[in-house]
Amino acid sequence: MDKYQVNYSPHIKTDESTPVIMSTVLLALAPPLVWGCFVFGWRALAVTVLTVAVCVASEALFNLALRRPQTVGDLSAVVTGVLLAFNLPATVPLWIPVAGGVFAIIIVKMLFGGLGKNFMNPALAARVFLFSWPRHMNNWVKPFADLPVLRSMSQSEIDALAEATPLRELSSGDFDYSNLINLFTGNVGGCIGEISTVLLIIGGLFLIARKIITWHTPLSFIATVALFSALFPGDNPPLQYMLAQIMSGGLMLGAFFMATDYSTSPILGRGKLIFGVGCGLITVLIRFLGGYPEGVSYSILIMNAFVFIIDRKIRPRRYGTGGAAHV
Amino acid sequence: MAHTFKGGVHPVYSKEHTSASPILEPRPPKEVVLPMKQHLGAELTPLVKPGDYVLMGQKVADSDAFISAPVHASVSGYVRAVEPRLHPAGGYVQSVIIENDYKDAGFKGPPRREDEVDNLSPDDIVQIARESGLVGMGGAAFPTHAKLRTALDKGVSTLIVNGAECEPYITSDHRAMIEYPRQIAEGIKLIMKCLCIGSAYIAIENNKPDAIETMKSVTAKTGIFVVPLSTKYPQGGEKQLIRAIADIEVPPGKLPMDVGCAVFNVDTCASLYRAVVLRRNLVKRVITVSGPVVRDHANILARIGTPISYLFEMCGGFTRRPVKFVMGGPMMGVALATTDAPVIKGTSSLLAFGEERAKHTPMACIRCGRCVRACPMRLMPLYINQSYGRSDFDECERLNVSDCIECGCCAYVCPSRIPLVQVMKSSKYSIAAKKKKAAKH
Repeated sequence: MDKYQVNYSPHIKTDESTPVIMSTVLLALAPPLVWGCFVFGWRALAVTVLTVAVCVASEALFNLALRRPQTVGDLSAVVTGVLLAFNLPATVPLWIPVAGGVFAIIIVKMLFGGLGKNFMNPALAARVFLFSWPRHMNNWVKPFADLPVLRSMSQSEIDALAEATPLRELSSGDFDYSNLINLFTGNVGGCIGEISTVLLIIGGLFLIARKIITWHTPLSFIATVALFSALFPGDNPPLQYMLAQIMSGGLMLGAFFMATDYSTSPILGRGKLIFGVGCGLITVLIRFLGGYPEGVSYSILIMNAFVFIIDRKIRPRRYGTGGAAHV
Repeated sequence: MAHTFKGGVHPVYSKEHTSASPILEPRPPKEVVLPMKQHLGAELTPLVKPGDYVLMGQKVADSDAFISAPVHASVSGYVRAVEPRLHPAGGYVQSVIIENDYKDAGFKGPPRREDEVDNLSPDDIVQIARESGLVGMGGAAFPTHAKLRTALDKGVSTLIVNGAECEPYITSDHRAMIEYPRQIAEGIKLIMKCLCIGSAYIAIENNKPDAIETMKSVTAKTGIFVVPLSTKYPQGGEKQLIRAIADIEVPPGKLPMDVGCAVFNVDTCASLYRAVVLRRNLVKRVITVSGPVVRDHANILARIGTPISYLFEMCGGFTRRPVKFVMGGPMMGVALATTDAPVIKGTSSLLAFGEERAKHTPMACIRCGRCVRACPMRLMPLYINQSYGRSDFDECERLNVSDCIECGCCAYVCPSRIPLVQVMKSSKYSIAAKKKKAAKH
């Protein structure tokens, strides 16, 4: 008698697997990556490729060392690598992506049990870890500066190409509002993947349209920052100030691609709204009152710590009870 | 906007293979196997012994239990054996085996006249449903007389007739609505008469416009209303239907009848008509034979007890090597260990799958939340899975795992291929076992 497969229903499944989801995210990240490489040259591509390679290798070696099933095929390490690279200036010496990638994958992700079990966003936690070397992490060069592809640059070389970031200018009151259009297109200095507002929005909307992420977190995050920027513009014109705030720094990258990370964000829409508003509030608090001009990374990491409690408290109404039950 | 419910999924429907295939009645097999367990409820006791000659439609097994329905011979001929045989749900079950003499000799009583039908009391109709062996034809096979009796006792105000047929591949109800709509309509009227209610709703997914039109044309001015529903799985689930039609959510642990609703499958209505008016017992049913590797997809009117392998042979065998057989729909159906078992009253379809569809290796949960959005019962399957993983069954209970209808939406959408339905079933089982143990001490 032939042996047939006998297993539980359902006997059909969606084609959408974890690798497919991760590939879709990578597709959404492709336009800002291309733009980053266009603005900062081959150096940006070298940093990104290196970060991805280190992330994937870290996960593969970790699994090998502990004799666990190999998981790099889920492509999540590739996404982490790209996102970490997006949060680095193109001028970093090449040991920075190596240290960051190892920290993101080994410390933040694998030691907590791997994909889905880490409570902090690996790429962001690694970025904050790398702030231990502020000299390398806070160099911002002009767009289209000619950077060497692989050679480490001396500080004087970098300083010669440097310019203040829009956020720094906003913070000090030196921002020229005729530059808003450059913030929108991405013709500004900054990290590799965070500069082009329009391309990040396109990528984010693509993910929402493909139902990979929902609108809750990005909208509530960005709207909260927008609202408080418009309410407290200081001496600046409110509308322009608000636009400059939401289009500068890592807000778009953070709101669409980092705060929506499955492992480290709430499950339900209502939970995501709370999460997004919390991220927005912490961001403006740091931006307006903190000593550091950017707060997106910290805000998301702080809210990551609240996901457990949000998911515990925000539960769906039980079917057949409460409002819609007519009995 | 069409009526519907929240949650659910949109699987590939794959109904196009058979939605236009008229119901065929091939030559019956030379032997039928009638298991003593074909419905929800008690196992039956055989009333015949080897060597007996039985007529087609003759009762061969019955039980005193309330939740049970007798089984009738689906062919005429000699009883060859009464012995345990392979059952489609697994294992061996006592069965009556009849060798077909191809005479279909049987009681051929005249149909009940209109005035005779009019004079039937609700109790008479319930009794006929019982004696004819009627069970729900949607797949769960709950004895129809038991449902009617409970509905009579509890009182029902809303009668919903389920023609949603939301499971992929299956078109047996669709074809029934196209080919014998009048029998369905007359059966509904009998239930309305039995339950003393003046109206009924036939719920049909809007991917069957021809069935909607046909049912509308035969039910005009009868108090029976055809309600088109959105095409979404599990639209045909009892609780989802009631939500869509009556805008009521059945409370946890309650039955549809507790909120004044009764749901009957369309083909069950037609069977009731045939039992009451044509005096025919339930010995045949329509089965969709389909699946990715079946050569000739078909809707077949098969004798109860026909070997499953025989029906696949009737459909030209397979285009590729089958690795998995499913009885019922692909979302909730049962995988078969063997095709040597017979079809039973609840067999709405038989599906054969090849290699690529059946292989899924589970990976880690990525907390994407798709299972939560898909769940029509508003559960959080990922957290139930997590609690189950650390054997925290109290937490599974707090997460209302008992509300799970095992529709399979969560497992269908899970990108990590986690067998969530298995997790739900197992945690329900563990909770029940724990309670039983606690009750003992």
